[in-house]
Order: sequence, then C-alpha cells, then structure tokens
Amino acid sequence: MTSLKVVLAGVEMENPTMLASGIMGETGGSLLAMAKGGAGALVTKSIGSVPRQGHKNPTLVELEYGYMNAMGLPNPGIEAFGDEMYEASKAGIPIVGSVFGSSAEEFATLARRMQEYGAEAVELNLSCPHAKGYGMEMGVDPDVVANIVEEVKQAVVIPVFAKLTPNTHKLIDVAKAAEGAGVDAIVAINTLKAMKIDVDARQPVLSNRYGGLSGPAVRGVGVRCVYELFEALKIPVIGVGGIEDWRSALEYMMAGAVAVQIGSGVGRSGPQVFGDICAGISDYMTQNGIRDITQLVGVAHD
Amino acid sequence: MTERFMVTQTMVTIASRTEEAEGVVTLRFDWNAPASPGQFIMVWIPGVDEVPMSLSYLGDRKGITVKNIGEATKALTSMLVGDRIMVRGPYGRGYHVPTGKILVVGGGTGMASLLPAMERISATDVHTAIGARNEKELLFEERSKKTSSNVRVSTDDGSKGFHGNAVQLAKEMMSETRYDMVLGCGPEKMLFFLHKLCLDMGIPCQMSLERYMKCGGGLCGSCAIDGKRVCREGPVFSGDELKEMKEFGKQRRDECGGRLKL
Repeated sequence: MTSLKVVLAGVEMENPTMLASGIMGETGGSLLAMAKGGAGALVTKSIGSVPRQGHKNPTLVELEYGYMNAMGLPNPGIEAFGDEMYEASKAGIPIVGSVFGSSAEEFATLARRMQEYGAEAVELNLSCPHAKGYGMEMGVDPDVVANIVEEVKQAVVIPVFAKLTPNTHKLIDVAKAAEGAGVDAIVAINTLKAMKIDVDARQPVLSNRYGGLSGPAVRGVGVRCVYELFEALKIPVIGVGGIEDWRSALEYMMAGAVAVQIGSGVGRSGPQVFGDICAGISDYMTQNGIRDITQLVGVAHD
Repeated sequence: MTERFMVTQTMVTIASRTEEAEGVVTLRFDWNAPASPGQFIMVWIPGVDEVPMSLSYLGDRKGITVKNIGEATKALTSMLVGDRIMVRGPYGRGYHVPTGKILVVGGGTGMASLLPAMERISATDVHTAIGARNEKELLFEERSKKTSSNVRVSTDDGSKGFHGNAVQLAKEMMSETRYDMVLGCGPEKMLFFLHKLCLDMGIPCQMSLERYMKCGGGLCGSCAIDGKRVCREGPVFSGDELKEMKEFGKQRRDECGGRLKL
C-alpha cells in the first residue's frame, strides 16, 4: 500500500493536495464541494476585517495557458465568515484560514479569529498583486513581513503559513525573514502581475488594468521558486502555480514541496482534479516501488 | 472530467434592436460560437461593466434580451444598431432538451432563456405559461406561439389572461394535461413554488437559476449555491438537484459573498 499522508508543520493531511486560496473558498458549501473532490486540506478565500466587494468586472481573462484575474479580494468580512467556517468544518479535513490586512495588528486580529473559528492553520496573504495597500505591496519588504509574522505568531498557537509573491527579486530574502520571525511554512507562489489588452477595445480588459497570471503559464516560475526556497530554508515549502495533473504536482514535490495547492486547475479541470492527481501519484508510486510520498520530496536536488 | 476549454473575448456589432416590452430590449449580433439552449455569455461594455446574460437566440445571429435594471443593463438597452460589445462564452450547462409532453413556465425575462429550448421541440408537444406583472411587461407571447401549440398568459394584476401568477396557471394547466417534463426560468420565488408543485405532481423538471456572478468562468465561487457553481454546474439544475439544495429559494449572496435572505 502506498501512503499519500503528509504532515505539514503539524497539520495532518490524508494527501498532499490542497485547495489554493481565492478559488471556491468564499462559502462553506463551495469548500465542502472541494473536499468532496478529494482535497487533503482547504485554504479559504482571503478574508479581511470588513466586507469588501472587490473590483468591478471584468475580473477574469481566460487564456489558452491559464487565467488572468483581478478579483480584488472580495470577501464577506471576518465577522460573517464564521458561518462559512462552521459549515466547511463538516468536511472533516483541515481548513487553513487565509487572511489579508494592512498592518501587523490587523493580520494578528484576523488570524486569532480564524483560530477561534477552528482553522488548523492560518495563511497570510502577503502576495495578492492587484489590491492596493494589501498583499504584494507589503510582501516584498523583508522587514515588514518579519514584523507581521512576529505579531501573528504571538497571537495564535496554530501554525502560520506565509504566501509569498514571485514578483520580486527578493523572494529568498523575504522567505528567510519570515522564517527568522518564526513562520511555520512558506507557500509559493501567488500569481504573476500581468496585463491583457484587447486590441478591438484598445484598452486593458481587467477593470483594475493589472491582474495576476495563473495556470500552467506560471508553472516553470513556481517550480523554480520552490526549488530555490527548498535550498535556502529549513521550514517546509508548499508549492502552488499551474498544477493540474499528477505530473505537475510531483514536479513541485520533487523540487521540494511537502504539499501542493491547486487553484486554476479547479476551473480548468473541475473539482475532481484533487482526486485525479492523488490517483495518478499513487500509480506512479506503485510503479516505482515507493511506499511513502514523503520519500519523493526534494529528490530533484543533488 | 472534460471541463477543459478556452473562451476568448470577441467583439460583435449590434445588427438589430427590438423593443420587446417596457424597458426590455433584444439585441442581435452575428457570432458563430457553438451554443446550446439555456447557456449564457459574459457581455463586456468597455468602461462600464461586464455582466452575465442568457442567450435568447442561438444560431449564427445570436441574441440577448436585456431588462433595464442597473448600470450595465441601462448601457445595453440604450445601444443602437452598429454599436459594439465584447462577448465571451457561451458558459454553463443549459437545458437537457426533453422529449414527450413539455410544459414551459417563464416569469419576467425568464422566457429569454427558455425559447431556444422550445424551438428545438415540436410545437405540438410544447405548452407554455408566461407570467408577467401586467400586460405592459408581458414578454415573447408572439414568439412563443410559433413554437408552442398552447400558450397561456398570467398577469399579477389581471390586465391580461389568467389573473394570478405563473405557478397558479401552471397548476391549472397540469390538471388538464399530463406533462413529462417542466422547464422553468424566472424569479427564484416563482421557481421555488414551481419546483414544489412539480414534486407534488411527480413531474420531473429543470430550472435555470441566477446568482450574483463575478468571473463567469468557474473559478471564483461568487455564484455558488450549496457549493455548486451556477456558471458551471448550472445555470440549469434538475429537480432532483434542486431538492438537495438548502439555499434554493431561501438564500442568495451579495457582492462580498455575504448571505442574504431571498
């Protein structure tokens, strides 16, 4: 028998596939649907202090190799999200609460609420590329990130993940600063800042003009980032970016990811993508005589 | 699962404009994308907004029927022949076009999504109940008559046809004819009671739902109802699927994802 079980900074998962933040994570019902698809853990939509509509449409561009989006962090606010967390908890798998704030204190307050709601870990959105004053605007500065991680670590007892942006040459510096401040795992990568111009309309399609590129288009960047992070850090890395089949999931794991997150793949292949990936990995392990998936983590390194 | 597909934004030019009723306009445009009855498209009016719209005409000259209720629909209903809009899609799962004796129940602009399905069924097999608040708002009566052998109208105020709502009219029609399937589209309160009626009568049904929708492409989850994406698993759901939904007829979501009572 092959085992797909992984333990991620103390969070036990039946398999290494997780729902990435931002996709189907705004309601309890949609989180449950992703669990049914076979996910090992679920990351919620990023939740802020107050309800937020996000950007006006268009918020999505479909590309042959992925998506470009500028949702703008729509969410019902932390107060209302308790109902969704309660419903999602019926899935019986770990829920990771994603939060975004504009200060270390705000992050800490939100993280504490997520812990109260039963989140088994909290993920800090330090990487959204299309919301002014949030996400990536804070997440490219190692000192700011370290400060946020310290505050959050003091506020909660559950593990803290930092989701980082590839839109900087300082990714490793930021990750090391987060590690130094006590973060339990790094999630990489968020979307790549991007733009789509429609030549008939002669203007950017997204109402926010700028958006984030995701899907297979960014996979090579994500795998490279995880590979570099694995070499530079002692804490676990969670890989995300363009995973939609077992091969791309294993690519990330061999680069050093202990678990992987899937977002665009849900849109392109449906909620069954989690189960399909796990079945594919199991077959690969059986064929190669590997009993425990953790044996494959980081094997691409010398 | 074979969900993988890619949809690009296409610019189309308004080829005709028809006033269907007070504040309701049909825009037709040439666009040969394959589409099935009950599917919808995302319509972008650059500088204004992008909104989901049911296709009211299929084929090479497609159409949307728009009721002026907000900023984007105001811009659309003000459009003239020669104006341009951007479209992407079609999206979603439409009606499974049934065989046998069919009752179609449309309320408000709901007929827009139902007519392409009706036009794929022999007129002798289709009966239609069209509900409107009053005679002025009545939609698609003439077009329905071309594709349905028995078209009846209900108005809330009794200004035309049956005095009452479309579900009451449907109940009356069901007592006269045994139907094999009911297709419904309209306000959710109407669909909720129509679904209940179909359950009581033991008639299978399919209904098209609406939710606030952001991306349209199955990604963001803003249109989720009981975890099902209206833009992907819907907009048309079977009676059995509706029976399993806790939110159907009870709850929708605002732009932030907050819960609202219907």
